[in-house]
Amino acid sequence: MTRLTPRRSVTLSVLIAGLGIPMAIAAPLGLPPVPIPGDNPQTEAKIALGDRLFHDPRFSVDGTISCSTCHEREKAFTDHRRLSEGHSGLLGTRNAPTVINSAYMEQLFWDGREPDLEGQSKQPPVNPVEGGLADVGVLVEKIRSEPSYVEEFNKVFGVDAENITADHFADAIASFERTIIAGDSPFDRYQYGGDESAMSEAAVRGLEVFRGQGRCVSCHLIEETQALFTDNRFHNIGVGFKAIRGREAEIAHEFLKAKHAGADVDKTVLVDKEASELGRFAVVEDINKVGAFKTSTLRNIELTPPYMHDGSLDTLEDVIDFYNNGGREKETDPLTPFLSGGIRPLDLSDQQKQDLVAFLEALTSPEIASQVTSTEIITGSTGDQQP
Amino acid sequence: MSQMNRRRFLRTGGAVLAAGSLPFSLVELAFGQSGPEDFTFAFISDSHITHIKGDRFVRNWDRGMIQAVAEANLLSPRPDFIFYGGDIAQLGTPEEIDHGLEILSGLRGDVHHVMGEHDYYLDLGEHWRKRIGPDHYSFDHKGVHFVVLNSILTWDEWTHRKWDTPMQRMKEMARLDNPDGSPFMVGDSQREWLRKDLSNISKSTPIVVMSHSPLQKIYRGWNFWTEDAEQVQELLKPFDKVTVLYGHVHQIQYNQIGNISFHAAMATAWPWPYPKTFVQEASHLPKLTVEMNRADPFFERDGTGWQFINMHTGDVDVHYALPDNENRVVAFNEQQDQPVDTLYQEESNRIPPQDHY
Repeated sequence: MTRLTPRRSVTLSVLIAGLGIPMAIAAPLGLPPVPIPGDNPQTEAKIALGDRLFHDPRFSVDGTISCSTCHEREKAFTDHRRLSEGHSGLLGTRNAPTVINSAYMEQLFWDGREPDLEGQSKQPPVNPVEGGLADVGVLVEKIRSEPSYVEEFNKVFGVDAENITADHFADAIASFERTIIAGDSPFDRYQYGGDESAMSEAAVRGLEVFRGQGRCVSCHLIEETQALFTDNRFHNIGVGFKAIRGREAEIAHEFLKAKHAGADVDKTVLVDKEASELGRFAVVEDINKVGAFKTSTLRNIELTPPYMHDGSLDTLEDVIDFYNNGGREKETDPLTPFLSGGIRPLDLSDQQKQDLVAFLEALTSPEIASQVTSTEIITGSTGDQQP
Repeated sequence: MSQMNRRRFLRTGGAVLAAGSLPFSLVELAFGQSGPEDFTFAFISDSHITHIKGDRFVRNWDRGMIQAVAEANLLSPRPDFIFYGGDIAQLGTPEEIDHGLEILSGLRGDVHHVMGEHDYYLDLGEHWRKRIGPDHYSFDHKGVHFVVLNSILTWDEWTHRKWDTPMQRMKEMARLDNPDGSPFMVGDSQREWLRKDLSNISKSTPIVVMSHSPLQKIYRGWNFWTEDAEQVQELLKPFDKVTVLYGHVHQIQYNQIGNISFHAAMATAWPWPYPKTFVQEASHLPKLTVEMNRADPFFERDGTGWQFINMHTGDVDVHYALPDNENRVVAFNEQQDQPVDTLYQEESNRIPPQDHY
């Protein structure tokens, strides 16, 4: 596996935007200090600017889509949809991951095609099925034509209107996203806070399954002093395989031909359902990475249904059944030939599965739970509902 | 891809499709017609398909082989053919050989097979030969002469001892460090066949020899060994460029002896440790070998793999596809006149192996 070298980072005091008002606090229980890139230090003004940009729908072709459309605070910074919906009701190919704790990710997007939040945050506004802007030039024009933005960018970055770039936009949003940090779950209090009563008995049993027979912890890491619940690696666990079954070679060749002829990976994988299922392969062109997607964090997982890169599983019970069946929804379904060697049938009892769910529910941070109003999965298109 | 998707693809790409995509950055060198052509072939080995009962087989070994087949089918440009390096079966039963061949039938392309000891010592290769064909043969391809040998034979006295059952013989031969075992060999009659086969081949023709055991002596206790290796090497000595590709050892090994380059294949089933890690004393393991990166036992495919081979100007570059680990390339280095690991040859680049238990 190729690991990208992270930017040289410095540790600053962590800021949390609990109620939209940033304030400096220590890293929450169970999490390490937030890595801050040396070339994009946190400032209060920059974070406030990022917050505003994150919620501003002007950075889309029809003025309806902002970052927060798919990463809504009240939905634990997801959209509770199987696949995200961009402008004009257009559907992408992937489920919106939560922004919470994305500051710790070593690669961004499900296929890791961007190394940091700065690189990530520039993409959706110009993706044809998300913001739909023609290019970043249009985005920059929108900033320059709003006097209050010109003033704020000048205050934060010391640039005149004509020197504002998409990188400034990205830096501000990334800075804001680095404040969306949440630990201090019942698990954290049990594991790192010395409070043995913080988790229910079922959750404590579930932790044993998580570490043992469930084989979860090998990818969703729990470490001695912290738990990010991800290994920042890419694995084919069998999700999405049905969509390209038996045609992987043809789809891979078509994709590579287009990519090598100049096609943009970000656009192609979100527009083309079949190319999307190539996963990490589309980025690194490694035969061992066909259908491999990034290990997502499990923090606040109860609040972020549906699950998996394609949003194909509605409940945590469905997810556990999927793993228990060795990488398939039903025991009788075929397995992808590209299945990771980490995935195999688990033979969990019903009790173990219930305990595992109880444990996953103990990964919810109270301050996130207090902001979330519903976890109902949204079906249908908002685009259809518009006049 | 649907019409709609294809159009979107082109629109978002904003460019015309270009021909020829090369995963793993396959190198293709153009050179004059006087020499052999460049081409690629795949090399899968040691799947050890194991029958449990009825239609049940050991899942893990099945999965490794299935993954190798699926990945080999992704290669572009298509490999000219596929070599299977032997030990398709664990205990040589018809069920195991047939099941392995069924999985291999998913490969797009012709397969050339090598006999392994796990395919042989139950019925002395009868079912294998019935399903696959002869166990030693040669053919020419794009200016390269390929030779397949059955290198896992042994002395007749051992093979035809009074065994309780043929399965007893199979299991004795499968045991490592077996004081009642017997070393592998190509044998007199096959060497004579090889001598004749090579007698009509020009000395400038690149030769590729496929065998199951290494045609060099590494560690006798595990049959990382061919008893008459020197005699086989002697027959290959007159040729300008010779490469021996072998299975059996389930690990990356490479070496150069005179004009002969040696490369081992990874198994799709499981990795073996380096013999020296076991014997804890000086071994014959060739000095040039860079040991494998440490495997994580959680990932059942880590420590396994398969390979595809670039032939250019008669030299062999082996690309190792290693699931859940770093892929590796061992390429022929013309300056050093020997195979070299393209990433880990420098000692400072290596990841220390586990050398104790």
